[in-house]
Amino acid sequence: MEDVIIIGAGVVGASIARELSRQDRRILVLEKNWDVAEGASKANSGIVHGGHDALPGSLKAKYNILGSRKMEALSRKLDFPYSRNGSLVLLPFGGDREKLKELLARGIRNGVEGLEIIEREQLRMLEPNVSESMEAALFVPSGAITDPFLLTIALAENAAANGVEFRFGEEVRAIQRSGEGYCVETENSRFDAKLVVNAAGVYADRIHAMVSREPMEIIPVRGQYCLFDKEAGDLVKHTLFRLPTEKGKGILITPTVHGNLMAGPTAETLSDKEAVNTTAEGLSEVLGKGAESIREMPQKKVITSFAGLRAHERNGDFIIGQPADAPGFIDAAGIESPGLTAAPAIGEAVSEMVMQICPVPLRQGFIHTRKSIPCMALSSDAERKALIDADPAYANVICRCELVTEGEIREALRRVPRAGTLDGIKRRVRAGMGRCQGGFCSPRVLNLIAQELGLDPQEITKCGGGSWILMGRNKEEGHGR
Amino acid sequence: MDDRRGRCALKRKVQLAVIGGGPAGLAAAVAAREKGIDDILVLERDMRLGGILNQCIHNGFGLHTFREELTGPEYAQRYIEMIHRHQIPCLLNTMVTDLHYHADGTKTITAMNRKEGILSIEAKALVLAMGCRERPRGAMNTPGFRPAGIYTAGTAQLYVNIMGQMPGRKAVIVGSGDIGLIMARRMTLEGAKVQMVAEIMNYSGGLKRNIIQCLQDFDIPLLLSTTVVDIKGKERVEGVTLARVDERLKPIPGTEQEVECDTVLYSTGLIPENELTRKLGAGMDPSTGGPVVSRGLEIKGMGVFACGNVLHVHDIVDHVTQEACHAGENAAEWIRYGSLPEDAGGFIESAEKNVYRPGEAEDRITCIRCPNGCGMTASREKDGSILVSGNLCPKGKDYAIQELTDPHRTVTSTVRIESREVAALPVKTSREVAKGRIPDIIRAISGIRVKPPVRVGDVILKDAAGTGADILSTGTILL
Repeated sequence: MEDVIIIGAGVVGASIARELSRQDRRILVLEKNWDVAEGASKANSGIVHGGHDALPGSLKAKYNILGSRKMEALSRKLDFPYSRNGSLVLLPFGGDREKLKELLARGIRNGVEGLEIIEREQLRMLEPNVSESMEAALFVPSGAITDPFLLTIALAENAAANGVEFRFGEEVRAIQRSGEGYCVETENSRFDAKLVVNAAGVYADRIHAMVSREPMEIIPVRGQYCLFDKEAGDLVKHTLFRLPTEKGKGILITPTVHGNLMAGPTAETLSDKEAVNTTAEGLSEVLGKGAESIREMPQKKVITSFAGLRAHERNGDFIIGQPADAPGFIDAAGIESPGLTAAPAIGEAVSEMVMQICPVPLRQGFIHTRKSIPCMALSSDAERKALIDADPAYANVICRCELVTEGEIREALRRVPRAGTLDGIKRRVRAGMGRCQGGFCSPRVLNLIAQELGLDPQEITKCGGGSWILMGRNKEEGHGR
Repeated sequence: MDDRRGRCALKRKVQLAVIGGGPAGLAAAVAAREKGIDDILVLERDMRLGGILNQCIHNGFGLHTFREELTGPEYAQRYIEMIHRHQIPCLLNTMVTDLHYHADGTKTITAMNRKEGILSIEAKALVLAMGCRERPRGAMNTPGFRPAGIYTAGTAQLYVNIMGQMPGRKAVIVGSGDIGLIMARRMTLEGAKVQMVAEIMNYSGGLKRNIIQCLQDFDIPLLLSTTVVDIKGKERVEGVTLARVDERLKPIPGTEQEVECDTVLYSTGLIPENELTRKLGAGMDPSTGGPVVSRGLEIKGMGVFACGNVLHVHDIVDHVTQEACHAGENAAEWIRYGSLPEDAGGFIESAEKNVYRPGEAEDRITCIRCPNGCGMTASREKDGSILVSGNLCPKGKDYAIQELTDPHRTVTSTVRIESREVAALPVKTSREVAKGRIPDIIRAISGIRVKPPVRVGDVILKDAAGTGADILSTGTILL
């Protein structure tokens, strides 16, 4: 019997797990995919929003501000990248200046600090490559960027260090009331728990409907992105937003914490919760609309494109709390933008709710901090030497584009939760994340995973399940896969 | 394999450092040594010398350089032996991470490897021979899902030819660059089904001989003016949508075609790998993707020379070798006299490539005896003899006659090897066999397991499938 089962190991589930692990309980996270951050947490803008955009009084506004204020300190405790680069909401010539002022007023009401409207000259000084067609901007100095995978991984590793158990490949099929709590069924197992937390992203409505009759509808809204070579990474310093319209926040241009440039997302309302495919129209919208914000779009420097699905609740706000008809079941649903920013605050809020429903003492010896996997690319000469002296595998370069070594990959394979797939390695240490997109390193990474985990290369996958990299050996006829 | 030899001679200060131990780096090092430079160091990131040639197990290399047809590993082995003979030190498994050009003209190389950790090497002159990389799917902006099963052709080539592993069973190849064509044949010979090669241009950039030997021999369709507009599959690739494109290379609505496959291989261009070159402050030529070099392949008076695919992408390795020889000779000259002679050799322009265009020469025979790829016509005379025209040399005539009556091919493939380094040993038939016997050859070698040491030329199987051709090792694998 678990005390709490959390369904979903995205940034929200991982944050809740980490906060709950301060309490002296047995906590289990069930994830249908084979790693953390496999849903919206892996395909979003990576922005820590200042909080100027959310409607005052909404849960989005509340948790955005709280999350935004916590993020920097959290990034130091859990050792994930964070950079307060500041955001700019651009106003084109002939654009609706009233709207910009409205945004400023909204931000002030939400409690965002340091907001100001800057005019053309100052805008050019802050951002020399901004498009000539931009007249002014709302400057949001608290706007920041992070790495959504590494944030989620940091939360999950810290949760695991504090006793949380993660189980992957466990898709929840049914939830039944049982005695004081719930019985959660997956394809292969049943798990009993006093409390259940629903952090299932785009599927949160299905999980919710297993226990509650209160209406909830999560609509997948697709966002497509293009990622550019690091050569284009210093084109802009700030995150450049467009003035929001009824259609959404528009295509933003941002540097990433790793020094790439990124443009996106589109906003396409869909019905298919698995439609994480890009489309020709979507990619051309990203490149076309993105080009309106800056002088010249580095079209030829695209290294990859991807899409994610926002978990948009029909009523437009986060849903956090117990449905009236399902005591002991807590939703953390509809967590779309600014969900990444809000996640640390949502984690705290849910863990307080759990404490109120079912009080327990705090865990003795809670581990507050977590160290990231060493990163040779960002290390000084002295740090590199120290790493190599301790383990020569740190001198064996596997990914040349991002300078990732065997030592870093082996370390990723020894962490809990473990990176057992090519994508898991890629998100943890960036092998395959660079300009050749794994063309050079993926066979080498595959061999390292196989060696370290004692598997045959044939068993290695891109992201678990049936995502096999290899399909048999040479001259093997009638291979079964 | 020559790691130890390299280590004994390792110095922290050398006259000439060569970055990259592929065909360009090896030829440059040998040429510089032959011009009297005895203090050379080659730095190579892989566990062995030879670069990409190690995985290019097909034949067709060396017709210019050695006047005979070799496979990639055989061609590499010739240069590896020259390196050994000249006792040129090589650091293997060593990645160069930084290059620095000092005001006094010296250059510092920062590199890493397991044995020595971080190395700092000072060199008087440098030869850059880092080669190129493939353009991935991401850079092509192909829409669709991102499941497993999407690789560049070169990555697939490494899986098949070095690791002995199949990256898929049913493939669509996007782009008809030479590596894509070569992989169409390789995948087919290893038991996969290649559905087609889709090329966005209205001609193929691959060599004519590869169109014939890699596609036509195996009835693999080449779809021109066609591109992939969607990739399906959540976990593993399940299929692609192809569409015809217009003159502006935009997909034409209504021409879509669904194709089932589990693998998509991209052969859509090579990019010179110049991240290190940029660290020296060298200017780049946007048309080649390589550094701007002056006469004699030198980067603006720096004593830094570039050659091979890092400078511009070459179609055939013989040209790389020729250019790299110039780079090595010029570096030697520069080290001794501080300047280059008037007649310093330079850039080897690719000869106009004999590419495949549809409609042209469909009824003609293209000679595959050498990269010239002469387009010939052949007709049977009244007396029964065959009249050949259009050939530049007598080889063409012989070829046309045989191609008309009984086409023969050298078969290249791999057998399993129990080695610490690789899982596949490259092999070839000792002579050409009738085209129809290729499957018999493959069957005959499919159960073979060999143990190191094996050297180039070792007989792996006598008289394969009664064809009279022996199976020869084309690789040297000692451990």
